[in-house]
Amino acid sequence: MKEKPELINKKGLRLDGRKPDELRPVKLEVGILSNADGSAYIEHGKNKILAAAFGPREMHPKHLSLPDRMVLRCRYHMAPFSVGERKSPAPSRREIELSKVIRDSLEPSVFVEYYPRTGVDVFIEVLQADGGTRCASITAASLALADAGIPMRDLVVACAAGKVEDTVVLDLFDTEDKVGCADVPVALMPNLNVVTLLQMDGILTPKEFEKAVDMAIGGCRDIYALQKEALKTKYMLIKEEEEVEEE
Amino acid sequence: MPTYFEKKQLVTPGELLAEGDYLAGNNTYVEENKVYASRIGLADCDNKRVNVVALRSFYFPKVGDVVIGTVLEVGFSGWTVDIEAPYTALLRASDVLSRPFKPQNDELSQVLNGGDLIVAKIASYDRAHDPQLTVGEPGLGKITRGQIIKVTPSKVPRVIGRKGSMISMIKQETGCQIILGVNGVILVTGKNPRDEDLAMAAIQKIEEESHTSGLTDRITQFLKDEKEKTGGKQE
Repeated sequence: MKEKPELINKKGLRLDGRKPDELRPVKLEVGILSNADGSAYIEHGKNKILAAAFGPREMHPKHLSLPDRMVLRCRYHMAPFSVGERKSPAPSRREIELSKVIRDSLEPSVFVEYYPRTGVDVFIEVLQADGGTRCASITAASLALADAGIPMRDLVVACAAGKVEDTVVLDLFDTEDKVGCADVPVALMPNLNVVTLLQMDGILTPKEFEKAVDMAIGGCRDIYALQKEALKTKYMLIKEEEEVEEE
Repeated sequence: MPTYFEKKQLVTPGELLAEGDYLAGNNTYVEENKVYASRIGLADCDNKRVNVVALRSFYFPKVGDVVIGTVLEVGFSGWTVDIEAPYTALLRASDVLSRPFKPQNDELSQVLNGGDLIVAKIASYDRAHDPQLTVGEPGLGKITRGQIIKVTPSKVPRVIGRKGSMISMIKQETGCQIILGVNGVILVTGKNPRDEDLAMAAIQKIEEESHTSGLTDRITQFLKDEKEKTGGKQE
């Protein structure tokens, strides 16, 4: 980039007007795809992501199944129109890596040992990307698994923190991610207090790192409240409709 | 030793339900002496056992369950059957023929062919092997008439009702025979398609409204209303 934009202005606000410790607006919806066993949709700032879960079902190809547990497969994919310049629809190195990262952060939450020789597939489709898609994907994918009725220890929720110009900030968006100094995505099982994903891209001092992790976990807890709400809303709606009908 | 939920409260996976001297029932698990939910559902406490009635689940085979399945494939010495579970089930030819099976004498596809529906019982199942079915009991075997309706497996108990009150009421009101597969597949056989449709509509209604109270009364009323409507048309 020729000219570095001023990421934090004199008032201490970020490019999109947020305070350093402020999340982007998050909207979640559960059960919007009828062909999938479970599904969820997330809008995290400008990110728009669909997640669909299938299974547990017989593994195909069969040789990939495991005799003692269920296999969780994830596919993270960005639509060609999800970014400014057309992205080739073929899976890139980055997408393959993210698929693995997402799978690894979801697996500790699922009771994989209950259903040996089976497989669960999670498909994550990024419709629009604006930084922090791996976190938003994890949040949505976990909801899709819960909606499919797969037994889970806890929901998984993810959020990132990072550093732009000497300030530790929560939930980086695209420009901050690219121009800023560091990005720390964290995935959390909030009730068990277990971190299932912790990455760092960039350079932070130990103090800054600690602050970033704390901040990200705080963000996770805020998103978790919305995540729980979204899951309950789907099943609450049925209830309310009937109450109106009865009156 | 408190519990953290009200009766019939909607809970999500990972929600802390109870602490201390409690046992994990359906759709819950214990970790460090705390009981958590593992599925979305309605929490309930029965004595010291914490249960969650799942609002979303799938069928998982258990020995002794009566299920309704679709024949997928005719094999060399039996059939593979789809029972709406994570595993496909096997039905052995010798079990259906009730005599030793000889490939040179018997043509399996004449007994059961792909697409046929069967009522069967799960004879054996464990973690290492796919479930095996048996049809060697009265009431089991190939389905020749009637209609099929599918419900979420977790809602089958609601269709049955307390001590079978719901299902016997529907049978009585519609004059249909109903066979419930534990896997959520239900067979309705009546004297004519109209009776069958009525029974199916009632089951559909139970599935949609399964978690409300006073359901049996409402379904009884629903069946009476529907019968009056169709009765009126005939005259």
